[in-house]
Amino acid sequence: MLPRTAAAFSPTSIFSTQSTPARQVNELSFFVLGISAAIFLAVSLLLAYALVKFRARSTDTAEPPQVFGSTQIELSWTIIPILIVTVLFLGTARVLFSVQDMPKPASALDVTAVGHQYWWEFRYPQYNITAANELHIPVGQGTTGRTTFLKLTSADVIHSFWIPQLGGKTDMLPNRVNEMWLDPKTPGVYLGQCAQFCGAQHAKMLLTVYVDTPEQFASWIAAQQKPVAELANGGAAAGAGPALASPVPVAGAGNPAGDAIDALTGQKVFEQQACINCHAVSGTMANGRFGPDLTHLMSRKSLASCAMANTPENLKAWIADPSQFKPGCLMPAMHLTDRQNAQITAYLQTLK
Amino acid sequence: MGEGTFPIPHETGAGIAAAGGKGTYLEVIHSWIVTVDHKKLGIMYIVYALLFLVVAGVEALLMRIQLAAPNLTFLSPQTFNRMFTMHGTTMVFLVGMMILFGLGNYLIPLMIGARDMAFPRLNAFSFWMSALAGVFLYFSFIGGNGLAGTGTAPDVGWFAYAPLTERAFSPGHTIDYWTVSLLANGIGSIGTSINILATVFCMRCKGMTLLRMPLLAWLYATMSFLTLVTISPLTAAQAMLMIDRYLGGHFFDTQAGGSAILWAHFFWIFGHPEVYVLVLPVFGMVSEIIPVFSRKAIFGYPAMVAASVCIAFISLGVWAHHMFTIGMTSVGNAFFTLSTMLVSVPTGIKIFNWLATLWGGKIRFQSPMLFAIGFLFQFLIAGLTGIMLSVSAWDWQLHNSYFVVAHFHYVLVGGIVFMLFSALYYWYPKMTGRMMSEGLAKWHFWLMLSGFHMTFDLMHIPGLLGMPRWIYTYEANRGWGTLNMLVSIGGFIQGVAVLIFVYNMVRSYFKGAIAGPDPWDAWTLEWSTASPPPAYNFAVDPEVGSRRPLWDIKHPEDMDSAFE
Amino acid sequence: MSTATLQPVETEQEWRLPSRGVIAMTSLIIAESAIFTIFVVAYLYYIGRDVSGPTPKQVLELPIFNTVCLLSSSLFIVLAERAIEHGKMVAFRIWWLVTMALGIIFLYGTGAEWYKLIVKDHLTISTNLFGTTFYSLVGLHASHVIVGLLMMLVVAVFSLLGKVKPQHAERVKVLALYWHFVDAVWVVVFTVVYVVGR
Ligand code: HEA
Ligand code: HEA
Ligand code: HEC
Ligand code: CUA
Ligand SMILES: [Cu+2]
Repeated sequence: MLPRTAAAFSPTSIFSTQSTPARQVNELSFFVLGISAAIFLAVSLLLAYALVKFRARSTDTAEPPQVFGSTQIELSWTIIPILIVTVLFLGTARVLFSVQDMPKPASALDVTAVGHQYWWEFRYPQYNITAANELHIPVGQGTTGRTTFLKLTSADVIHSFWIPQLGGKTDMLPNRVNEMWLDPKTPGVYLGQCAQFCGAQHAKMLLTVYVDTPEQFASWIAAQQKPVAELANGGAAAGAGPALASPVPVAGAGNPAGDAIDALTGQKVFEQQACINCHAVSGTMANGRFGPDLTHLMSRKSLASCAMANTPENLKAWIADPSQFKPGCLMPAMHLTDRQNAQITAYLQTLK
Repeated sequence: MGEGTFPIPHETGAGIAAAGGKGTYLEVIHSWIVTVDHKKLGIMYIVYALLFLVVAGVEALLMRIQLAAPNLTFLSPQTFNRMFTMHGTTMVFLVGMMILFGLGNYLIPLMIGARDMAFPRLNAFSFWMSALAGVFLYFSFIGGNGLAGTGTAPDVGWFAYAPLTERAFSPGHTIDYWTVSLLANGIGSIGTSINILATVFCMRCKGMTLLRMPLLAWLYATMSFLTLVTISPLTAAQAMLMIDRYLGGHFFDTQAGGSAILWAHFFWIFGHPEVYVLVLPVFGMVSEIIPVFSRKAIFGYPAMVAASVCIAFISLGVWAHHMFTIGMTSVGNAFFTLSTMLVSVPTGIKIFNWLATLWGGKIRFQSPMLFAIGFLFQFLIAGLTGIMLSVSAWDWQLHNSYFVVAHFHYVLVGGIVFMLFSALYYWYPKMTGRMMSEGLAKWHFWLMLSGFHMTFDLMHIPGLLGMPRWIYTYEANRGWGTLNMLVSIGGFIQGVAVLIFVYNMVRSYFKGAIAGPDPWDAWTLEWSTASPPPAYNFAVDPEVGSRRPLWDIKHPEDMDSAFE
Repeated sequence: MSTATLQPVETEQEWRLPSRGVIAMTSLIIAESAIFTIFVVAYLYYIGRDVSGPTPKQVLELPIFNTVCLLSSSLFIVLAERAIEHGKMVAFRIWWLVTMALGIIFLYGTGAEWYKLIVKDHLTISTNLFGTTFYSLVGLHASHVIVGLLMMLVVAVFSLLGKVKPQHAERVKVLALYWHFVDAVWVVVFTVVYVVGR
């Protein structure tokens, strides 16, 4: 009852568990909750009884008999809590070891998740791909299930990876790799967010996990492995060199890159801007690592770690001024003209 | 007054005004600034802390407005982050520590029959150091990024995890103000703790053996010891942070191979015992107030002493329960689960002993007792949510969620703040010579109680629904909106309650009924002298023969000393 | 003043309480030990984790002479304590000054070591983790030596002016307690920095 109501109430309830670690923890939590409730009832009823029974009556002014202690009673309320603690501890230890020390199956999917100030990077070493912000993993239970093992680390400060329905959180620390595993039961979308304070936009370091069927997952991998589609006219390598030397924003008119609003011009403008210092589009000269990889930007449903939906209008507005959506985030407003912005948007739209 | 009573010094007129009423305003102020009298220093601590309670409370309310509904823009993210940092730091260091030291300063010498603290000048020095901390911390609002008008404040949380606090991620001087402030506060706290220990051990009046001391003195001594061994690591860690920020050191510089975990360990080696530093003196106040209002001696005095000392020692070995998700080994997690849970045994002893003190008594429901009962009930719940958090596997879910925020406000507000109100109602007559209005106190109590429960009971639920701490806003689809609205309303109700309390204090100072030396018919030494006590505290150095010297005088037929 | 007199409860034995000074100094030492512990832990934690040199092995030399000086000063201060307890003020002055001299030699040794490290080996506090932890820990200890020497200087001045009397033995003892602590910490620092860390 409680878990089901909670789940209906919120997509991030820790009680609607969808994965083995979360389920085990949940069972433990009900056990602990039960014991705590019993202690609470016992003690608070005694307290209430004492308050009612032993209240002073105005007629009676004599002092009550003085009692200074009783070794027997005191021993009993020392020993009973010790026993309760033992039970609680053993219950915890069982789940603790079974979740934390789970051996990794050979078939497991490896994902390295890197926290950045306000976005997530996901590397799949087995497939040689890098994705950002939206994590795709396969269903983990059943005959076709495949467990996911995450290696967690950070590029700057401490973050924490948390999808309540799938499992507890694990911190991402610079200079260190932590591990956790997930085996989601059913395909679907799971929400979570960064759970360690990491700076101004900690609140909008949101996280979405897409749990795919094996087929969906395979096709997603294949799509991510594809290089970007070559745009007509053979890419943008030409002409970018000199522009790099003078990375001053180029005014719309007289722009050597032309001023048509299309993807091709957009790519040139993109590569003339500082965008490429921070963003990578594989197969082009953009190979920055400071911001999310944009190679398959359009395969994502949201932008900027789920701060908004991935629509052309939002994309354009984001590039014009990221701080409108995430004040304090580390992508600066690039002071583009409206036209440049539209061109870049047109280009980014082709990064499927 | 017959034989065996304590002579009460004659002091006409009520209130501190009488003491200072002999000069111009300037002279009065001067006398307070240069004072080394433990009572005046104690009162300054308390007033200073109450001032900051309102400041930090307002900061909390600003956060609550921002969080009342999804996607609000009342505060910018940066401002929100500053608010919870300042709120947490202020509440813990400038409110909690200061008011506890204030009450300790005021009460300990009176309760053990001494004329002053062991080192009065050190006492004054410590107060002004701690007070300076508040100035440093709040100066950061205008001085954080230079005086050029771009005022800021630290925005890294009260735990200030590295490497976010390193120059690379936090340029400007906000963190420096925070660090300097905590250093100053730390020096003050260490000074006061040394003073309290020396006072308790070396200044007791004749006949007051260690096992005849009021429990409050015992708990302050334990707390002071704990302060020595916990504030010092914080001081050391702050020094390291300063070395990093000013001398280019690499203690927490992850680029140079430094470790982010080390800070976390250092902080919580301080941070965990710190919360017991806050709660131990409060246990002392409960142990003084509950007996008086149930008209019974404290049940199991030796066990209470032993339990306090146990809590202090166990609390030194549990810090990593704040770090269950940081990637410790399973054995490490198991160890800290067990050690944390063990604290519940001595704490349970205390709870049950208080219950047993109520049992068979004749309970008087006056304002100090109301708040003390609130404490008992709320501390029980808070302790049990603490136990839930100590279940490391469950803590992977609960950590850094609003469940944790609810847990610690339950202890800090439902436990400590409630008990501080109780203590202030109880000892205000001693400090000022006037009673506080019982009617206003009842209003205060019931409003505070309902506001508190509305805020912090409900706050557990968003935590269970996955709401993390430190977020300045949240999406509507998470289902946290309604709850947060109610939580915020509860916060404002608490605000109104605090306002009533402040009004009551100010009003009673001028208009309250004259209290007399012993308004509550109590048993410890502070009630044997005038209210407020003269500068020398006691007309004649007292001498005691039991734990309850005034009981012995009032009940010669049933003296405690007969049972010892 | 109320006229009623208090009939004191008859207590046979004298009411004795410990000395304020000793309790306070013990408390201070507890606090200071905690501070040192944290710095020592940081030092141990970072041994060998540097991403760049120099390493302790390359640049540190064992400060044996220094160590002998500092540790023996603890003996001399005990002699000074004895002397003042027995009212031998001249002996007290001599032992006191010897203690101070040994402290100063130690400080000079540390200074010389640092000079060599900074000028010759180019190791500063910001060079690497070793530099950071080394200068912090050794510097923290040295600063305690300095504080100790300053307090002893005050006593020395008063003593030479003839203001220190045998009844001040208690206070001298409290100060000596601090000095013993500084020495004991050196044993730890020495072990950690020069033995374990090298
Ligand atoms: C005064 C303050 C105070 C006190 C007294 C406590 C008391 C306890 N706390 Fe709490 N705690 C805080 C203040 C306090 N805490 C703060 C401020 C934080 C957050 C810091 C931050 O992150 O910013 C925190 C966080 C915190 C965490 C980390 C959560 C997280 O970040 O994930 C944990 C985990 O174990 C914890 C546990 C406990 C326990 C087990 C107790 C125990 O001492 C409780 C013991 C009491 C009882 C259990 C009730 C009475 C006992 C009985 C009736 C006997 C029978 C009971 C049993 C046998 C179980 N606390
Ligand atoms: C003793 C300690 C203490 C106390 C008493 C409080 C009291 C309160 N706290 Fe605080 N809190 C902390 C210690 C404390 N807190 C700590 C340590 C943190 C962690 C910080 C961090 O993560 O860095 C924290 C964090 C914290 C958060 C989480 C922020 C976040 O993570 O995003 C919230 C959110 O609701 C909150 C709310 C409140 C409220 C509503 C009160 C109320 O009880 C306050 C009631 C008091 C008043 C309201 C004052 C009276 C005001 C007036 C008289 C003025 C006029 C009144 C009106 C206009 C109505 N606190
Ligand atoms: C200084 C580095 C920097 C520069 C320059 C920069 N970006 Fe970004 N960009 C970032 C960062 C960091 C983020 C992640 C922001 C966040 O989510 O907090 C980001 C996010 C994005 C996103 C959203 C990606 C996603 O996966 O949701 C897009 C699109 C984007 N940038 C496009 C651009 C374009 C176009 C330019 C040039 C006009 C540009 N960026 C220049 C750093 C930069
Ligand atoms: Cu990343 Cu919070
Ligand atoms: Cu803790």
